[in-house]
Amino acid sequence: MGSSSLPGADFRHHTLVVLVENKAGVLARVSGLFARRGYNIYSLAVAPTDDERFSRITIVVDVESASLEQITKQLFKLVNVVKISELDPRESVERELMLATVRADAAGRSQVVELVRLFDGRIVDVGHDELTVSLDGEPGRLDDLEELLRPYGIVELQRTGRVALPKLEHLAPNLRPVRRTA
Amino acid sequence: MQLNGGQALIKALEMEGVEVMFGLPGGAILPVYDPIIDSPIRHILVRHEQGAGHMAEGFAHATGRPGVCMVTSGPAATNVVTPLCDAFMDSVPMVCITGQVPFAAIGTDAFQECDTVGITRSVTKHNELITQAQDIPLVVRQAFHLATTGRPGPVLIDVPKDIVDPMNPRSAMEWYWPSDDDVAASLPGYRPTTKGHPKMIRQAADLIVQARRPVIYAGGGILKARAAEALRELAELCDIPVVTTLMARGAFPDDHRLCLGMPGMHGNYTAVTSMQQSDLLIALGSRFDDRVTGKVDGFAPDAKVIHVDVDPAELGKVRRPDVPIVGDCRLVIEELVTAVRTLLDGGVAFPDRSAWKQTISGWQENYPLTYQQSEPGEALKPQFVLERLRDSTPDDTIVAAGVGQHQMWTSQYWRFNHPYSWVNSGGLGTMGFAVPAAIGAKVGRPDRTVWAVDGDGCFQMTAQELVTATAERIPVKVAILNNAYLGMVRQWQEMFYDERYSEVYLSPDLPDYKLWAEAMGCVGMRVESPEEVDAAIQKANEIDDRPVVIDFRTDSREKVYPMVPAGKSNDDIIVDPAHGEGGR
Repeated sequence: MGSSSLPGADFRHHTLVVLVENKAGVLARVSGLFARRGYNIYSLAVAPTDDERFSRITIVVDVESASLEQITKQLFKLVNVVKISELDPRESVERELMLATVRADAAGRSQVVELVRLFDGRIVDVGHDELTVSLDGEPGRLDDLEELLRPYGIVELQRTGRVALPKLEHLAPNLRPVRRTA
Repeated sequence: MQLNGGQALIKALEMEGVEVMFGLPGGAILPVYDPIIDSPIRHILVRHEQGAGHMAEGFAHATGRPGVCMVTSGPAATNVVTPLCDAFMDSVPMVCITGQVPFAAIGTDAFQECDTVGITRSVTKHNELITQAQDIPLVVRQAFHLATTGRPGPVLIDVPKDIVDPMNPRSAMEWYWPSDDDVAASLPGYRPTTKGHPKMIRQAADLIVQARRPVIYAGGGILKARAAEALRELAELCDIPVVTTLMARGAFPDDHRLCLGMPGMHGNYTAVTSMQQSDLLIALGSRFDDRVTGKVDGFAPDAKVIHVDVDPAELGKVRRPDVPIVGDCRLVIEELVTAVRTLLDGGVAFPDRSAWKQTISGWQENYPLTYQQSEPGEALKPQFVLERLRDSTPDDTIVAAGVGQHQMWTSQYWRFNHPYSWVNSGGLGTMGFAVPAAIGAKVGRPDRTVWAVDGDGCFQMTAQELVTATAERIPVKVAILNNAYLGMVRQWQEMFYDERYSEVYLSPDLPDYKLWAEAMGCVGMRVESPEEVDAAIQKANEIDDRPVVIDFRTDSREKVYPMVPAGKSNDDIIVDPAHGEGGR
């Protein structure tokens, strides 16, 4: 799962989780910085955190447009940016939501329904000749379903951009390697 | 204590120790101008808002304290964008207050409304639209804190009219003054690193004591961190020569035996070439600007790099340092001095650097700055004017420059022996900077002689501020090196565009600079021959009750040498043709 040839899973994309003050204009400061310095954003998701003073911006950046180090350092110069974590795709859980309206006339409908079912997606709206389906999961799976739905005719499609959190420790505390302190 | 927002804003500036501000009132900022009448703060009424911004910068350059300017909304706010960007590029501490339409009218395309915070976001260190009167003291304290700490820079505060207008109930506030802790707590994302990492300091000291061909590459950060004394101690302790960038002229005295002067596109041969051939560059508060490095791939190819900067983003931005040190230049240099001393006390000795010293003094002998003196009857040489001006003014004279040939000649030919005596626009290269910046510098340092060296093109951009200077009795002196051209552009067209002069001719006598100066209440003079130079400068130096403008008619064919052509390596430096076949 999650393997894909699409850029979403490409190693040139890194995920930055940016904790910012929840204030007017902060997103504009972040996106403006990317525009001004010529960094490319692949996807971006913003929402308040459990602490209402802060929001979390999850940015997938194209590290071929600039070094990740420079992007991070420049971002951190913004006064409203409180913390930045870089998530290695192998060390994090990533999720994204996709909504897609797909052509599905009488002939094709059952095939579309079957596909969505195989991906554990859901049909959220039904029309005469169209279905709206939803799928959440790893971005790579969304890429896969998107490709498989394409031949039927995608009328409209929206993805949220990914959100991510670091993976938890798998091992019980007594089995973890001892961390050396400097 | 109940105050209205306008009173609170002015009181907050007073609490921050502001003694002078530069500005021009208008509709949206009107209510803040009323309490100025009762305030001890001196307000200097400019003729154009750009002037207010550059004056605030000049004030900050000369004093090290934040410059303050205040203007209204809309066109006034857009007029300060250039000074804000200039201050941002050169890390000049500055607080700019702009009026804004009433909060409820924002977004309605109201009269004189513009998205000031949006427009200035990318040219300020930070900006903030105040939404309620109660926030004013905190936002002002934050602004001064941000402008003056870490890497300094301009901060803009946008003030909607309703929260400062006593007629409006939204302007009512209960006065308070936030503590340092309150300010820190209100800026959870702002924690500049000031102290260098001890391990990195030790590594840097190790490199310094091993280097055979070291050069200190001192930048404007030395001045911002008030580290000139510390730099001198380090240079003398380690006996390492120092180049001072355009932004750092005066940070290390030009008359010091270790001073090599300015590097870069128009730097002198020794400064440029010593960096090229060094085995260790100690970059202190400098940022590897393209005008210093030339073609980056060919810059100082054999040098290891120690890079000290308070802004972590500068480390590795252009050149990957071998030893990166984030921190305040003064603190880090002091720590470096201690670390080197410890090594020396422990018996470590510097390697023999006599060959390197001889190489350097050989370059200094063979490639001094030079120009051809004019023959009788020929036009004045700008370099000659500068030499005479330099030698006829006090050693601690503050010099401001515009941007172009005259700026480069001033930086080359002046002897800057004191920090904070050179005021110029480095990063942004803002033509028209000199006159208002000189006025700001003179306001900040009324005890000093202040000369603006300007070009004729630059002078025409901001000369109206001499009206401000006359009206406010700010006796600055202006030397226009009038070559009737946009000289630096002319130089590039001559050298790189087959002498096809496109739109660079300005005329020597349109306008008539002497008459123009007199119309603005200044003493105006014109100098056309070398014999008149000294007398005119002496007369100007004697005048202390009004501004003086001298129109020096200079040779338009004169070019700035040495020069590293844009995009070329510093090894391709072109020295004055007087040294031989148009090159080295």
